[in-house]
Amino acid sequence: MNTESRPRGYLRRVIGSLRGTLSLGWIALVVIGSFLAPWLAPHDPLEQDIDHAYAMPSGTYWAGTDSLGRDILSRIMHGGSVSLLGAGEALLVAVAIGVPLGMLAGYRGGVVDAVLSRIAEVVMSLPVIVILLAVVAVYGRAFTITMGALGVILSASFIRLARATTEGKRNELYVDAARVSGLGHLRIAVRHVLPNITAPLLIQSTLALSSALLIQAGLGFLGLGPEPPAPSWGSGIADAAKYVNRDGWLMVPTGAVLILTVLAFNSLGDALRDATAHAAPSVERRRRVTSSGGTRSDPGHLLDVDGLRVEYPGRRIIDEVTLHVEAGEVLALVGESGSGKTQTAFSILGLLAPGGRITAGGIHFDGSDLLALPDKKLAALRGTRMAYIPQEPMSNLDPCFTIGSQMIEPLVVNLRIGRAEARRRALALLARVGINEPERVFRSYPHEISGGMAQRVLIARAVSCEPSLLIADEPTTALDVTVQAEVLDLLRDLQRERRMGIILVTHDFGVVADIADRVAVMRNGRLVEEGPVGEIFASPSHPYTKMLLDSSLEGREPRKELRHV
Amino acid sequence: MSEVLKVSDLRVGFGRRGLFGKAVEVLHGVSFGIAAGETFGLVGESGSGKTTIGRAVLGLVAPSAGTIVLNGVPIDDLRRRRRLAREVQVVFQDPYTSLNPAMTIEDILSEPLRVHGMERGAAARRVADLLDRVALPADAGRRYPREFSGGQRQRIAIARALSLEPRVIVCDEPVSALDLSTQARILDLLIEIQDTLGIAYLFISHDLAVVRHISHRVAVINKGAFVETGTAAQVTEDPAHPYTRRLLLAAPVPDPARQRERRAERHRLADAAPA
Repeated sequence: MNTESRPRGYLRRVIGSLRGTLSLGWIALVVIGSFLAPWLAPHDPLEQDIDHAYAMPSGTYWAGTDSLGRDILSRIMHGGSVSLLGAGEALLVAVAIGVPLGMLAGYRGGVVDAVLSRIAEVVMSLPVIVILLAVVAVYGRAFTITMGALGVILSASFIRLARATTEGKRNELYVDAARVSGLGHLRIAVRHVLPNITAPLLIQSTLALSSALLIQAGLGFLGLGPEPPAPSWGSGIADAAKYVNRDGWLMVPTGAVLILTVLAFNSLGDALRDATAHAAPSVERRRRVTSSGGTRSDPGHLLDVDGLRVEYPGRRIIDEVTLHVEAGEVLALVGESGSGKTQTAFSILGLLAPGGRITAGGIHFDGSDLLALPDKKLAALRGTRMAYIPQEPMSNLDPCFTIGSQMIEPLVVNLRIGRAEARRRALALLARVGINEPERVFRSYPHEISGGMAQRVLIARAVSCEPSLLIADEPTTALDVTVQAEVLDLLRDLQRERRMGIILVTHDFGVVADIADRVAVMRNGRLVEEGPVGEIFASPSHPYTKMLLDSSLEGREPRKELRHV
Repeated sequence: MSEVLKVSDLRVGFGRRGLFGKAVEVLHGVSFGIAAGETFGLVGESGSGKTTIGRAVLGLVAPSAGTIVLNGVPIDDLRRRRRLAREVQVVFQDPYTSLNPAMTIEDILSEPLRVHGMERGAAARRVADLLDRVALPADAGRRYPREFSGGQRQRIAIARALSLEPRVIVCDEPVSALDLSTQARILDLLIEIQDTLGIAYLFISHDLAVVRHISHRVAVINKGAFVETGTAAQVTEDPAHPYTRRLLLAAPVPDPARQRERRAERHRLADAAPA
């Protein structure tokens, strides 16, 4: 799945999160206070009350007064509109320059991309303050020009971000479809690419605003902000720093407002990012059990699942699933997408996605109650007694490590053998799963081998610690048919050699017919029927099984040649 | 028989980088023709070049040699895409990424029409017709792609392909991402549409059973070249080339006894042939 921005729900999720509410609330307060300062501020920001200089907060001066007896709160409020407008101007300039150029670079690629990317890199490597000092030296303290220059510098990060995200979207199938429909490039960029990269750009915008505010305050601190006595946040802090020995309080109100506003923009960015990531599947998996277990288990069975029920908040996805696996037996778990077959497998491994919990039933493996087992003990079981083969071999190999080190690690950790012995065994296993040059593959990184090879590596790793139960989730679906046939042969041989029990999750009745001893058919989280493979294929008793078998295209009449038009 | 699409000696090379880089040729001169109302199936494994043929016909990659003639007009000029769009359309494999997630179904379906100058009201009527054509409810137009199942999304993709009344539709693995029962329904929809509208399909798939079901003629492609071409029955029941035989035997059939025989035969074949 992809993590596109989802227009309506997206905003609601941002506002709905605590972080989003707090940061948006603070930003709204600052904006209102700043722009309505002429009406809301309790005092004139320039009015001096020399008798009450350095005053602490009181009923008259809520945040105290500064060295000239001016009301600090009023100065913060009046200074705010200058600061915010300046930051906004910098952001506008940055977006107006950065987004179109970045999208152009990402969409066109080639020379255009190379030139624009180098320019962006040069701009990003320039020291911001030094450049701005130069701008001030040339143009004087014209705040608009300084902030415009800041925007130009900040645009580099927008170029890079827009380029990277556009490049990712450029090869999406819906962009190809739009090209096939005869749409022009500009229209494709605006209608098909831009809406799908707004989320990261929005996040970048909040970060740009906060850094613009900080840089601005820095300039003000150096005395290069708006001309005194006009109030600004930077000059307020500079003023406070000058008299910090006489009155430490001076620093507090202006500093706090600046810090809180910068923090608010940053955490708004976090809230936006969280809302975007919301749709992405999480890799973190936990086991939650509320079932008391204590159900039936047959001593002759390797694995017993009895009356299993799995719930996610608000929906029950598996109910009353009872099945078993004997040693040396292949059980195929068949069903269409959403049938709960993969969730059943993950429940056995104790790897349900966040929010998922087993609320009824029991799972017994080799005599021990898995649901009663502490997490640590279960983790120790996984990879040793119980192993797993995933559907996508590539995403289950770490691109940063060689195949060899990924093979050796579980051996060293689980079997407590030396690295040399582990290496010897890993090479033997690679040879066993039909890899011709085990030494070369051992030294390779995952991107250097093919998908079929990667699946062989994962099978070798899964059986390396001699598990008695292997759970394979669509292990051949991502492979070519000729490779699939070889991988199924390999699984069958290993299974017979080691008398492993296998649970094979699949949607393909051809695969079932090839390798399974028994079949369990699932639909909508429930078991529809279960039995020996010969019986199910010869005389399915449930209409759903019959429908699934009938929808196979295998054995149907091929379409006749077109005679005449 | 008049051919709406004729491809002759098509070659495509990729990846020339820098001044002295060499292009890797992925298609080594393939030729075929498709008549109106006919399905030409293209079977091959990943990396065989089957998708590249489709993308060349769609104008998404430039051929390095050879000609593609659509309805008598050579389409060697990629800049004529807009005119090409009326003639050849596409249904991609992955219904989850082939529809823009930020657009409503109505926008997705009406955009090609509006770009080609149809006014709003007429486009809306056409969208309603299209939704009906692919058996989706009329209110589907107001919803977003994420609200639909894989099979329904593929119906939307088919409706989009139909919107400009093309003569040729390139179907690139259009049912591989779908459940088995949904697969059959989508294939039957494609066949029914072809029988009524007389559209030609270039149907690309790795699955021989699927290709056989929908194709009148089939070509088997391996490493960028056709190894065998013939009627669906010839190629899938009496293959001439050893590669086709291997491909055919590798696909498991949903019948344990027959599958056991096929497996044994595959092993015999593998032992007989030099590795």
